[in-house]
Amino acid sequence: MAKRIDVSGLTAFYGTHRAIDDISMTVEPRSVTAFIGPSGCGKSTFLRTLNRMHEVTPGGRVEGKVMLDDENLYASNVDPVAVRRTVGMVFQRPNPFPTMSIFDNVAAGLRLNGNYKKSELSDVVEKSLKGANLWNEVKDRLNKPGSGLSGGQQQRLCIARAIAVEPDVLLMDEPCSALDPISTLAIEDLIGELKERFTIVIVTHNMQQAARVSDRTAFFNLAAVGQPGKLVEIDDTERIFANPSVQATEDYISGRFG
Amino acid sequence: MSHTVQDKRPVAAPSRGTLAHARMPRWAPAAIAVGSVATGCLIGVVAGLESRIQWGLLSALTFVAATYFITAKVEGSRQGKNRVATSLVWVCFALAIVPLLSLAWITLTKGLTVLDGYFLTHSMSGLLDAEEGGGVYHALLGTIEQVAIAAVIATPIGLLTAVYLVEYGRGRLARAVTFFVDVMTGIPSIVAGLFVLATWNLMLGFGPSGFAGSLALAILMMPVIVRSTEEMLKLVPNELREASLALGVPQWRTILKVVLPTSIGGITTGVMLAVARITGETAPVLLLVFGTKLINPNPFEGAQSSLPLYVYEQYSVGTAASVDRAWAGALVLIAFVMILNLVARGIARWKAPQTGR
Repeated sequence: MAKRIDVSGLTAFYGTHRAIDDISMTVEPRSVTAFIGPSGCGKSTFLRTLNRMHEVTPGGRVEGKVMLDDENLYASNVDPVAVRRTVGMVFQRPNPFPTMSIFDNVAAGLRLNGNYKKSELSDVVEKSLKGANLWNEVKDRLNKPGSGLSGGQQQRLCIARAIAVEPDVLLMDEPCSALDPISTLAIEDLIGELKERFTIVIVTHNMQQAARVSDRTAFFNLAAVGQPGKLVEIDDTERIFANPSVQATEDYISGRFG
Repeated sequence: MSHTVQDKRPVAAPSRGTLAHARMPRWAPAAIAVGSVATGCLIGVVAGLESRIQWGLLSALTFVAATYFITAKVEGSRQGKNRVATSLVWVCFALAIVPLLSLAWITLTKGLTVLDGYFLTHSMSGLLDAEEGGGVYHALLGTIEQVAIAAVIATPIGLLTAVYLVEYGRGRLARAVTFFVDVMTGIPSIVAGLFVLATWNLMLGFGPSGFAGSLALAILMMPVIVRSTEEMLKLVPNELREASLALGVPQWRTILKVVLPTSIGGITTGVMLAVARITGETAPVLLLVFGTKLINPNPFEGAQSSLPLYVYEQYSVGTAASVDRAWAGALVLIAFVMILNLVARGIARWKAPQTGR
C-alpha cells in the first residue's frame, strides 16, 4: 500500500524562526529517497513535517501542502494521529520502550491503538520481526526487555515496531548514525527489502549510504547559519552523484565544503 | 582459537623521577582521628568542660587541623588541601549522623519499655492518665485512616496536576499553577488546619472528624506530590514520547501507557514520601480531629485520635506512665513511617524499567 508523497511550497517554523523555506518535491512510491546536506539545513525538520511530528515540538508550525496520494496531510479536518498511523517513523537513536518486553515493543503500536485481534497479535509480531530481520536473533527471548538488545538490534526492533502498524510510508531519520558498520549493513539490506512494500524516505549524513540504498537523492543546503534551509536539487541518485546539475551539490558530494 | 596479541613495544623501567613523592600510610587518617579524639577528651578533662558535645567539637576541630598540618608536612600542600576537604566531609557526616542515631537510640530504649502486643491492640478507654497500661490502638487506627483518606484525595489531584504541567502546560496558566504549588509547599500545617476549620467546620457546620483532618493533610500533601511527580515525568526521555506518537498513538494514551509506566517507580516513591511527611503532622489533627481516648473506627463522624496527637497528649500529662506511653507512641510512629518508606523503595525497585540482559 505504498503511497506517493507530493510536497508543494512547504515552509516550517520553530516559533518565529523559519527552519525550511518553500520546499516542493515528489517522493515516488516503492522507492527509497535519501535526503543529504550539511547539519542544520532542515533535513530532519522536513522529514518530521511529512508525518506531522514537527508540530509536537513546542512552537512548531507548518505552511504549505503535503499530499499523500490525493489527501492533504495539513487539511484542517485531518487528524495528526491518523497521519502518523499511515506514515511511520524510525529515529536516530534507537528508542525501544524500556518498560516493555521485545514482544510488547513490537505489539505496542497495535495495542496502544486498540484496534487488533488478540489471535492475530503474535502473528503480526512474528511477521514484523521477520520483516526487520530480527526474528532469528530474538525468537527465544521475546519476553525479555528490549533495552537488553545491542544498539543495532534495538534499531531493528524499532523498525519492526514501526512496520507492525502497516504504514504506507516509512520515514527514517539517520537510522544508522549510532550503529557500527555491520549493523549498518544489516539495516541497509533491510531498507532494500522494505522498499518492495513501503515508500521510504531516509535522512543520512553518509553519502556512500545514500548512494547505496536510495533511488532518488535530495540535496538540502542553507545559505548561512540562521538562514532557512532550502532544497537545492532532487534527482535520480546516479545523476546526483555522477553529474549533478547544481555546482553546490557537486561541491558537497566531493567534500569541497560541509 | 585462542590467540593473544602481544604488544611488542619494550616496557620502560619505571622512572624515579618527578612523579613519585612521599605518601602517608593508609592507616594515617584513622590514626589522626584516634589521636584527635584523645586530644579532644584530654582538653575537655583539663579545662573541666562539662558537655560531651564540647568534647566532640574539640575533637572534630583537632582532626581537621591535624590532618592538614601533618599531610602538608609529609605529602605537600596540595595533598594537604585534598585531605582537609576529605576530613571535612567526614566530620560533617559524623555531625549529621550523631543526632539521628541518638534520636533513634533514645526512642528505642524509652519506647520499648511499654511497647508490646497489649499496647498495640488496646485504647486508652476508661484509663486515668496516671494509671499504667492502656495502648495506642485507637491512635494507630486513626492515623492509618486519616492518612489513607488524605492520600486518596491528594494523589490523583497531584498526579494529574503534574501531568498537566509537564505534558500539556504552556504559557500563563502553567506558570500560575507552578507558582501556587510553590506557595502551597510553604503553607504551615496549622494554617491548612485553620483553613479547613473555617470552611468545613464553621461555615458548613460539620463537627470534628478524622475526615476533616484528612482534608487538611491532603492540602499539605498535594504540592509535595506535584513537585516530585513533575520531576519524575521530566526525567522520561522525550524520545519515548516521540516514538509512541510516531506510531500513531494519541497523546493521552502515550501518557497513560508509555510515560507513566516508565516513571511509576519514582512517582510511587514521591507519593510515599509525601505520606510519610503528613503522618507526623500534629497541628491540623489537634484542631480538626480533636483527639479521644476511645476507639472510633468511623473517620467521618466524631473525634478520632492519631499517633502524633497521642504522643503530644500523653507527654503533656507528664506522669511517669503517660511519658512512657508517649515514647512508645513515638516509636510506633517512627516505625510506621519507616515501613512506608521501605514499601516505597520496594515498589520503586520492582517497577523500575528493566535493563538486564
